[in-house]
Amino acid sequence: MKSRLDEQTIALRAAGEFTDGSVVNLGYGMPGLCANFVPEGRTVFFQSENGILGYGSLATDTEKDYEMINASDQPVTALPGMCFFDSAVSFDMIRGGHVDIVVLGAYQVSEKGDLANWGRPGRPATGMGGGMDLAVGASKVIVTMLHTTKEGEPRILRECTFPLTARQCVDLIITDLAVIEITRDGLVLREIAPGWTAPEIQAVTGAELISAADLKEIEL
Amino acid sequence: MPVNKVVNNCDEAVADIPDGATIMIGGFGSFGGLPINLIVALANQGARNLTLIANMGGVGFELSHRIKPGGYQDLGILFENGQVAKFIGSVPALGGMPPTSPLERLHNEGKIEIEMVPQGTLAERIRCGAGGLGGFYTPVGAGTVIEKGKEKKVIDGKEYILELPLYADFALIKAHHADTLGNLVYKGTARCFNPVMAGAARITIVEVDKLVEPGQLDPEVVVTPHVYVDRIVEVPG
Repeated sequence: MKSRLDEQTIALRAAGEFTDGSVVNLGYGMPGLCANFVPEGRTVFFQSENGILGYGSLATDTEKDYEMINASDQPVTALPGMCFFDSAVSFDMIRGGHVDIVVLGAYQVSEKGDLANWGRPGRPATGMGGGMDLAVGASKVIVTMLHTTKEGEPRILRECTFPLTARQCVDLIITDLAVIEITRDGLVLREIAPGWTAPEIQAVTGAELISAADLKEIEL
Repeated sequence: MPVNKVVNNCDEAVADIPDGATIMIGGFGSFGGLPINLIVALANQGARNLTLIANMGGVGFELSHRIKPGGYQDLGILFENGQVAKFIGSVPALGGMPPTSPLERLHNEGKIEIEMVPQGTLAERIRCGAGGLGGFYTPVGAGTVIEKGKEKKVIDGKEYILELPLYADFALIKAHHADTLGNLVYKGTARCFNPVMAGAARITIVEVDKLVEPGQLDPEVVVTPHVYVDRIVEVPG
């Protein structure tokens, strides 16, 4: 039976990319869920651009403190060794290459790794926040998103049609259907959702996919 | 620099803000670190044709309930009042929200101009304003709409764009504790844009939870030195 990963499961898969000791920033929306799925035995330092490094999981209702939030306005929990800093220092950290991994949402990603995640037709007032800085500055950029739009149109394209966040910045795309790596040779399909085949994934993708030699079902 | 910076209340602190002023507003955009009592005082004071420089445009009280139980006031009130002509910031409106925030609605009606600035570039432009620099080259925005009309430069094979400083007439910020000289400490993630904006305006006005005497703040942990602060209002939290 074909199944699509839900948001929690996409976040769980993305968190699997967090290496031990890495500094990780989580973007607005679905990426924020990754804070709850750090692989056992690994230490990850979550950085949020509003000026916090080393926070824990998302806070439960009884733990909520609105002077302890991430950049998505979600209250988070404290961990020993956590620290605070201002926005200018935070973006020095981001642009200066001190953040290892960022997980961002996206409207579109191109086959070259161009990212479009802040503006879309009919919404000229929505902004990029820290997305441009993060996409340019982080060593590894992971995108989590739904594979297609509500209307079934592909979001992975030869060229983005929405305004760009940054050029050639995305390294890995994790969707409800697939895990796709962006390489010099093109888009490499590495993992697919249970019940799906590579041609079926290709049919809902707007750019050519290269099937990995070890193509497998998404590993959680 | 006035020696006595302590002002009785928020209304008094913002009383001389004129029509047409450029105002920085600290915080991140939502409840974390917004000088909300100064914002409400500015709304009551009624200055118009303002240029606001802030990270977020605010969602307005109506939409705020989707973010925090019970809702909260933010910059939205200034847009609702029709006091703002131009907004400079990184998140005028949130893509994950319906297009009904006060700023987005007025922008869509052609009533407010927006200058979109990536968040890190916004912080750095403000730091330049406070620190007397003429600008900086950043790779952020190269190859996007942000580079339009800006000088480009290749440094060590990488493309950068020139960004210019931001300076304001007034900065409204929020801190946790101040001493009466204006030394400031912050609380948690409520720090964000507040220390960056201190000093990037002709007059910096700070709203604090608690005011103490000089000597009562540990000099080792002061974040904003008092030279950057002109007026202090205590609003017990």
